[in-house]
Amino acid sequence: MTTSTIVSPGVVIGRRRRRVPRAGVWAAAAFLLVVAVIAIAPGLVAHGSPDLTDALAALRPPDGEHLLGTDANGRDIFTRIVYGARPSVLAGLAATALAVTGGTLAGLLAALGGRVPDEVVMRVVDVLLSLPGLLLALLVIAVAGPGTLNAVFAIAAYTLPGYARLVRAQTMVIRRSGYVEAAVSLGLTKARIIARHVLPNAFAPLLVLATIEVGTALVAASSLSFLGLGPRPPAPEWGAMLSAGRDYFSVAWWVAVFPGLAITLTVLSVTVVGRHLQRRVEGRLS
Amino acid sequence: MTAVAVPATRARARVVRPVLVRLGTSVLVLWGAVTVAFAGLHLTPGNVVDLLIGANTVTPEVRARIVADYGLDRPLLVQYVTYLGRVLHGDLGQSYQLHQPVASAIGEQIGSSVQLMLASFALAVVVAVTVAVLTAGRRWARAVFSGVELVGISIPSFWAGILLLTVFSFGLGLFPATGGEGVESLVLPSVAMAIPVIATLSQVLREGLELTLEEPFVLTARSRGMSDLGVRLRHALRHALLPTVTLAGWMVSYLFGGAVITESVFSRQGIGRLTLTAVTNKDLPVVMGVVLIASLLYVVINILLDLLYLAIDPRLRGA
Repeated sequence: MTTSTIVSPGVVIGRRRRRVPRAGVWAAAAFLLVVAVIAIAPGLVAHGSPDLTDALAALRPPDGEHLLGTDANGRDIFTRIVYGARPSVLAGLAATALAVTGGTLAGLLAALGGRVPDEVVMRVVDVLLSLPGLLLALLVIAVAGPGTLNAVFAIAAYTLPGYARLVRAQTMVIRRSGYVEAAVSLGLTKARIIARHVLPNAFAPLLVLATIEVGTALVAASSLSFLGLGPRPPAPEWGAMLSAGRDYFSVAWWVAVFPGLAITLTVLSVTVVGRHLQRRVEGRLS
Repeated sequence: MTAVAVPATRARARVVRPVLVRLGTSVLVLWGAVTVAFAGLHLTPGNVVDLLIGANTVTPEVRARIVADYGLDRPLLVQYVTYLGRVLHGDLGQSYQLHQPVASAIGEQIGSSVQLMLASFALAVVVAVTVAVLTAGRRWARAVFSGVELVGISIPSFWAGILLLTVFSFGLGLFPATGGEGVESLVLPSVAMAIPVIATLSQVLREGLELTLEEPFVLTARSRGMSDLGVRLRHALRHALLPTVTLAGWMVSYLFGGAVITESVFSRQGIGRLTLTAVTNKDLPVVMGVVLIASLLYVVINILLDLLYLAIDPRLRGA
């Protein structure tokens, strides 16, 4: 059932790697698809407004009318989770995109810019990696103030160093490869070599890291919202929903359980798909 | 070649050199952290004095003292050197919101956080080692725990904390929901904080164990009639520990950040709560102080780890 690559007698690659069953990968991908759909068009799945309050229906447990119950203001939790997909997921994706872009530029500068830029960039990366990620994010927010956009920048700041290291390492290997030497001897410009040869070849591992790190960014974004430093409370963001409901957890478990479940399942699915990609890419490279 | 005796001085140099290199890097990291804190203060739009004061109002005399303390009327380079000098003397500045020096504010709060972090760390190591030793190389146990670990990595620690509260405090009434008095109040927060660490650690540890269990010396030990558990504990574990120790730096970093979230969920006093309050109130001197302390902690832990490597792996000591 499981396929293993035999590299040399006795050395089997892929067997020891943690393998999620194929059905698990498909389930994760399907779940992500659902999240993507409700993030793009929440109205397809949920009817009514996520902000519709109903004082008479406050803290109702899950039933036929309110699938996942209602919160302290009588708002339907299912509707709020559906409408919360967009802000919750977008923050993680935006932070990752920002970090990948910044990290790639920094990594390229370090690998190709010569000795001094290399030293400077890598030492800055060392310093950033020495700080607890969340603390770095908090420093950014302390300086820039709370809010969705600043939270995105804060998360990008602490995931960026990892990408910078990866791109630098990849570029160092690629620039010594035969095809780059050939391109140089053909007289191609540096910019063209970077765009046509270096970046495409560094892309696969970068994509894998980014996919897995989207999960980290999602957790970080929801953590900041939970701490009250992201989107403001009325917004139906998953972390903010938990933050707003904290006074009612003792009497209404559904307020505490469902928004967190949405975050966890999304992150779990991202991790499963990311690891699957990782295994495929590593299999191709080795 | 390998049998040639290494002179004692050279052997010592081999141990001392990496430690010196590590110390050099550490100083660089600390200097970097101070610079990051300083840059944060000066890159922020607005008057530096106002930033330091935060949301408070102070008398003109205090204002004048801040300008003098930080050398704010002097060129930027002088300000930077002044700031460096103060930090070197252990002066992290003054919190104008808490009306006390940053160092003493941190000092008051750090004890309860360290308790939480140590409890969490110990729990994580014990559980991860047990799980890894019992499941390595055993098909079904491994499959089940791999799934559990995936969930453990994905679950945000604040939600884990909320779930624990809902079940064990509100539901079963076994543990207090808030506060920091007594051992019972430490149980749920340290479990919540340990979950992702346990999941990561046991994965790495099991991978290491499985690699080691295929080594010839394991076969030798087995052929001497040693029990399976004995082989795992006495022989394989030491080898599997090395890659895990590398993770310890990450763990400390993680626990430090985790304290901010966990202390908030469980309404515990501590450096995490202090930091969160400071961030919310824009109390920059406190935030900068915490950043520096975290960076110092990271550096100290990494130096200790280097020494721990030597203890675990005798091969690193001599040649």
